[in-house]
Amino acid sequence: MRIKAAIVGSGNIGTDLVYKALRSEWIEPVWMVGIDPASEGLKRAADMGLKTTASGVDGLVPHVTADGVQIAFDATSASAHADNARKLRERGVFLIDLTPSALGPYCIPPVNLKDIGEDVTDVSMVSCGGQATIPMVAAVSRVQPVEYAEIVATVASKSVGPGTRQNIDEFTRTTAEAVERVGGARRGKAIIIINPAEPPLMMRDTIHCLTDGEPDQAGITRSVHAMIREVQRYVPGYTLKNGPVFDGRRVSVYVEIQGLGDYLPKYAGNLDIMTAAAVRTAELFAERMAS
Amino acid sequence: MDLRGKRVTLHDMTLRDGMHPKRHLITLEQMVAVATGLDAAGVPLIEVTHGDGLGGASINYGFPLCSDEEYLRAVVPHLKRARVSALLLPGIGTVEHLRMAVDCGVKTIRVATHCTEADVSGQHIALSRKLGVDTIGFLMMAHMTPPEALLGQAKLMESYGANCIYCTDSAGYMLPDDVTARVARLRAELRPETEVGFHGHHNLGMGIANSLAAIEAGASRIDGSAAGLGAGAGNTPLEVFVAVLDRMGVEHGVDLYKVMDVAEDLVLPMMDAPVRIDRDALILGYAGVYSSFLLFAKRAAERYGVSSRDILVEMGRRKTVGGQEDMIEDVALDMAKSLSRRVT
Repeated sequence: MRIKAAIVGSGNIGTDLVYKALRSEWIEPVWMVGIDPASEGLKRAADMGLKTTASGVDGLVPHVTADGVQIAFDATSASAHADNARKLRERGVFLIDLTPSALGPYCIPPVNLKDIGEDVTDVSMVSCGGQATIPMVAAVSRVQPVEYAEIVATVASKSVGPGTRQNIDEFTRTTAEAVERVGGARRGKAIIIINPAEPPLMMRDTIHCLTDGEPDQAGITRSVHAMIREVQRYVPGYTLKNGPVFDGRRVSVYVEIQGLGDYLPKYAGNLDIMTAAAVRTAELFAERMAS
Repeated sequence: MDLRGKRVTLHDMTLRDGMHPKRHLITLEQMVAVATGLDAAGVPLIEVTHGDGLGGASINYGFPLCSDEEYLRAVVPHLKRARVSALLLPGIGTVEHLRMAVDCGVKTIRVATHCTEADVSGQHIALSRKLGVDTIGFLMMAHMTPPEALLGQAKLMESYGANCIYCTDSAGYMLPDDVTARVARLRAELRPETEVGFHGHHNLGMGIANSLAAIEAGASRIDGSAAGLGAGAGNTPLEVFVAVLDRMGVEHGVDLYKVMDVAEDLVLPMMDAPVRIDRDALILGYAGVYSSFLLFAKRAAERYGVSSRDILVEMGRRKTVGGQEDMIEDVALDMAKSLSRRVT
């Protein structure tokens, strides 16, 4: 039996999550929570057979037990997350946080999903740039210590919502911190560039690492290619465009992310990798709950 | 063109935009010498930071010789009249950097975004205003959006608290009519108390002409740099501009001979290579490409055996914006691969 899940937030991310969750063998989306009765996301969710509420998380709480909701995806905003998490955790719901609030431990599935402790009840999916780049930082740091890692995420203007725009510092701060904690770099930095080109460009990410001493070129190259394949298991459009390039102690990797095009357009690989990583994380916890 | 009696505030870029041709390696002593020289010449505003603004220290843009804080703490106490400004690009620098700069005595904060993405600047502009400093919204690559759309973005920045909005020709692509159309639109529609500024690059040799067009259209702040030290073919050369303003009867408060001497005696000897319109700088202006890509393209061209001009044209074709320096090596690698396929 699939574990029942709720999706909180009826924007682009939440709506894309419905599509991906519906395909999952481990989870079954049953509720979609919004705050605007006229939202396109709520309408779509209802059409796909989910129960919906436009009263925010308070509209979901009375139904959690009766409907057996055990997992909730939070795709609202950093400021709303603490409150949402508190109300749902009280009822035993496991939270997967797609906001940049960074309350729970960070999860980058191919790097540390299996290490998330059984006692954790709220995991943070970091940021789109973090999901896209930290696997590459980890691919280098598992071969050789990384003194410093820096990621540059370039995203299409159309794929960046008002939440991210109003607090772009949260992106750089959270991502840089996760580059260190999950990526394994001693120091991390994150840069985000928003590009308005038409047609919109695919998400591009550049990962620069400075290794301790001369980089082990063969080992790092093998590790990067292996990690690319790991990410491709849940984001098929994750591709290595160039690199790894070696220049002194610098190792640079250039990737592009094409989304699946479920609800979000294909260029929005930044959003797609978030929803895909969130569903993959939910599946692992559903597996644990089922066993 | 009759500009008699108009008044402009000149804003020096030598120690910020000039960090690009210096690969961000200007020494503290050079910073202090140039800044005090400009101060003595009566230049009222002097920008000091990494070329890519606060927090620009990175593999992607280059590690500077000293941190922003070291530069600011060295320069600010030496100035008698001039105020120091700092640039901040949201997505690169954060509000923590901004607070640090104000703590160092910076009196003007310039928050820069791509010309269509002003809504990422809200938190930075609001904080700067709250800290009580002169706050500028800096709309980069302004040639990439029409005047009406630029105005919409300028109004956003104004609504966040900016008291001055810049039309920024980061690529040195604009011709005087392009400047006139944009600056006039901003001047006509922004609040009367909001100032309008223009930042030029000299890639098509239009730095002076464009700055004059901006003044005629209502700009009251103009950027320039001593000996033109700046990205690409440099910024509007300040000493030349001062001479032209003198001839035209525009009030600016800068001593021509003193600023000439700063350019000639201090800045020119600092140059690693002449800042001039070479073919790569020319292509920046011709193809509308971000000026600080210049040296990155030259280095990638050398490393991968491809043409720097071709790299820059491809960067333009890909519609890259400011900050996408990482794509230069990516483009060079793609070109090198296609070359080797052709050869074999």
